Amino acid sequence: MSVAAPTKIAPQARVITTKPRVSDQIFRGIVTAFSFSALVILSLIAIFLLSKGYSTLREQGLGFITHFEWVVNVDDAGVESAHFGLQAMLLGTIVISFIALFIAVPLSVLTALFLTFYAPNVIKKILVSVIDLMAAFPSILYGLWGFFVLMPMAEYWAKLLHKWLGWIYIFDVSQPVFTRSPFIAGIVLSVMIIPIITSVSREVFSQTPLDRVQAAYALGATKWGMIRAVVLPFGAGGVVGGSMLGLGRAFGETVAVFSVLNIVFRTNFHILFTQGGNVASMIIQRWGEAGKKEIGALMAAGLVLFILTLAVNFLANAIVTRTVKSGR
Amino acid sequence: MTNSETGSINQNGTQMSEKENAKPSSLSDVAANRAEKKVAGTAPLGTGLEARGVHAWFDKHHALEDVSLDFSAGTVTALIGPSGCGKSTFIRTLNRMHEFIPNTSMAGQVLLDGRDIYESGIDVTKIRLQIGMVFQKPNPFPSMTIGENVLSGLKLAQLKVANHDELLEECLTRAGLWTEVKDRLGAHAGGLSGGQQQRLCIARALAVKPKVLLMDEPCSALDPGSTLRIEETISQLSKSMTIVIVTHNMQQAARVSDYTAFFLSDGGPGQMIEMGPTNEIFSRPRDQRTENYVTGRFG
Amino acid sequence: MSITTVKPTKPWAATPIDRAITSLSIILGLATSVLVVALTPMKGKLAYFFVFYISWIIIDSLLMYRKIGGKGVRDGLAAKITLFGGILVMMAVTSILWATISRGLKGINTAFLTQTMHSASLFDPIGKGGILHAIVGTLMLIAIAIIISVPMGILTALYLTEIKGKASGLIQFLVQAMSGVPSVVAGLFIYAAIILNTPLRSSAFLGGLALTILMVPTVTRTAQEVLNLVPRDLREAGLAMGATQWKTVALVVVPAARSGLITAVILGVARIAGETAPLLFTVGVFDNYNFNPFKGDQGSIPTVVWRGLLGGTPESIQRAWSAIFVLLTIVLIMFVLARTLGSKAMKK
Repeated sequence: MSVAAPTKIAPQARVITTKPRVSDQIFRGIVTAFSFSALVILSLIAIFLLSKGYSTLREQGLGFITHFEWVVNVDDAGVESAHFGLQAMLLGTIVISFIALFIAVPLSVLTALFLTFYAPNVIKKILVSVIDLMAAFPSILYGLWGFFVLMPMAEYWAKLLHKWLGWIYIFDVSQPVFTRSPFIAGIVLSVMIIPIITSVSREVFSQTPLDRVQAAYALGATKWGMIRAVVLPFGAGGVVGGSMLGLGRAFGETVAVFSVLNIVFRTNFHILFTQGGNVASMIIQRWGEAGKKEIGALMAAGLVLFILTLAVNFLANAIVTRTVKSGR
Repeated sequence: MTNSETGSINQNGTQMSEKENAKPSSLSDVAANRAEKKVAGTAPLGTGLEARGVHAWFDKHHALEDVSLDFSAGTVTALIGPSGCGKSTFIRTLNRMHEFIPNTSMAGQVLLDGRDIYESGIDVTKIRLQIGMVFQKPNPFPSMTIGENVLSGLKLAQLKVANHDELLEECLTRAGLWTEVKDRLGAHAGGLSGGQQQRLCIARALAVKPKVLLMDEPCSALDPGSTLRIEETISQLSKSMTIVIVTHNMQQAARVSDYTAFFLSDGGPGQMIEMGPTNEIFSRPRDQRTENYVTGRFG
Repeated sequence: MSITTVKPTKPWAATPIDRAITSLSIILGLATSVLVVALTPMKGKLAYFFVFYISWIIIDSLLMYRKIGGKGVRDGLAAKITLFGGILVMMAVTSILWATISRGLKGINTAFLTQTMHSASLFDPIGKGGILHAIVGTLMLIAIAIIISVPMGILTALYLTEIKGKASGLIQFLVQAMSGVPSVVAGLFIYAAIILNTPLRSSAFLGGLALTILMVPTVTRTAQEVLNLVPRDLREAGLAMGATQWKTVALVVVPAARSGLITAVILGVARIAGETAPLLFTVGVFDNYNFNPFKGDQGSIPTVVWRGLLGGTPESIQRAWSAIFVLLTIVLIMFVLARTLGSKAMKK
């Protein structure tokens, strides 16, 4: 006689519903609405800049980004004809931003390493506060300092660079005028972005898993050997992410660059020479006297800048979230 | 300690089956079994490691008091005792890892081949090459391949070796990992299982040819199968080096060690209560506290 | 068994000989730098410093080589080079602070802080005219920005920490995107959206709107961090007592995070207090008080600095430095406030 085993019925989870009270629904509604304000604002920025810049973009087409000339002609009848090409300023933006990265990234990584692994507690606290303070300095302060304090020194360095390394293309100059150059703008920008790169690098370095650090030491590594074997591979992603955040900041810098750079609408890779520009400071420069047509073009330029910084920041944040916050 | 079975023991197999057949009923039996099977060590290296009057402090807190232990060359010593009684702290004073924690201090001497490793003027990184360590949680370097991991100690110490491949094979074989990874030395270390990773860490420690190997609860994060493999490895390794192993598992201590030291803290600094041949500690401990611990009355 | 008291030691600490060698290498380094600078066409304090540092590295490495070998020297080199990075950063900040204080203080007097520019020009000698109108203008701008961005920022943070709805990923992304908006774009946007489309013209209100765009991400991010620090138990306790979610948030969570939220606002203000570019599009410049935030240009400290710099004469430049000195003082005070409040929040 066999007894069939009772069929098992898999237990089913009860569906629990909670209808929030009216007051909570209102609360959640308000909070959610306000949170979408970010989306609204960003979209509005894109929309309005596009609407005002549309005619320019339509006229110039892709040439807006690729052409080099920016001229407005007003003839006697008051009719404006113009050609707007942003290329020179886009290249200029990239040139000074990369000079800034070139100086800021090594300095920031060194400082971050110093703070995480070498600095005694007191010095660490002071230096960290100082760097946080740096991040709060207004950009016009960097402009003033860059023009009056840094420039005389940087001019001297530029002359030295030209004297010893002038045979390299970028250090060559067509005329020996070394003030208000991309080189100087790059230095000022680098000081501005050091805080963000240092703090992101510091955060990722301090998250280095202790067990790997101990493994390296137990194998007879010196502190530097340990840093090379464990910290730097672990922190590379964070450093890249932080550098891109700095890059995004450098792209959009306006008054600081305007103060120390002679804005001329020509592509210039002779970084020691007094000629350059970036999109943001160009907008400021031309705004005062811009007629209706040019204002449209400047709006379009603003749109290009907006999209560019958005893209860089998006990429940067993706990298930072993946490497720093998740503690790879 | 007899070694009448010397001729008939082959590396792993025979010992395993004999262990299974013996089915020991108590720790002391296990220890006695091991004592019988221990093969006389071949050419012991140096004069071993000796701790004399070692104390350790964390800030003002006195964590370890007056520990003196002599680890003879070619032996395996287990450090047992309840949590928090200073075993890990002590083992970290043996390879000068204790000083990495901020605000720590120590007293006493640790002699390797008769020379105090805390002497002034000594190159501490060289000491750590001679006294290796394997940690509780396997910690291979994830950014390196399996092969690179094993040789990483050489790179860090900038040691030159004539034949990398030979050394790779030798270390991985001694760690009991060679057959499993010989075809994928270029794969990343993160893909290995926990037990394999720990054996990789052992291979890595072996590559710099240490005289002493310190193991801080090397099996506590692993499954029983891996644990047994590593215990076999330990037995093999003890023929050519001195091993000190911290363990919470008394059966493991009985299986694996020649000598055992019992640590205890009564709320104050940790102390080494008793040390002796393993089978004696488990069958005829001299101190009442040791007996209480090994018979499971506490801890 | 009696145990005599044993003293804790640190055998790994630097010995007197090590310290003596370090001092020796520093002294020799200084001597070398003095010598080298005297003999070559290099000039300036920086030259002294760089030569000293390089010679110190070389001398110290040579002296220590015998004791620690090549590996040790490389390790010491890494330590010295990272230290160098830290020193350079400190030098930059010190230079900026010193320039502001030394140059700015010269132009600070009672007139500067209590008068306006309506009867003086930038090019007049110092002592005539002041920036009180600009201080008032900046305060107005900050107030407007606070009124709009604090609710926006904190409510967004609340969404991310309390409601954690399905759009959280999107909202987080958007907040991060917003923090990357260049200041000039914020100004252009307000101009394009409002000045070109409505009868509204430059005013403090529009300036406040532009600044809001820049302030909200900072407030949201900091508020989020602070709200996340409030322990879960607090929220659960509130809900367990039968309170609705909004009551729990309003009466339990927010008060618990109060000092941190104030920090978030202060940091946001510090961020926008010195912004210049957006103001040029939306607020204009003005030399007198204007207490109507909805109509008419305003003075503001950053635009005073800007115009002073562009003016080019010693007097206008002096005004620029003094104005930035005032601005920096305000930013510094807020920074210290944020720090002290922030650390109180952390301690809780």
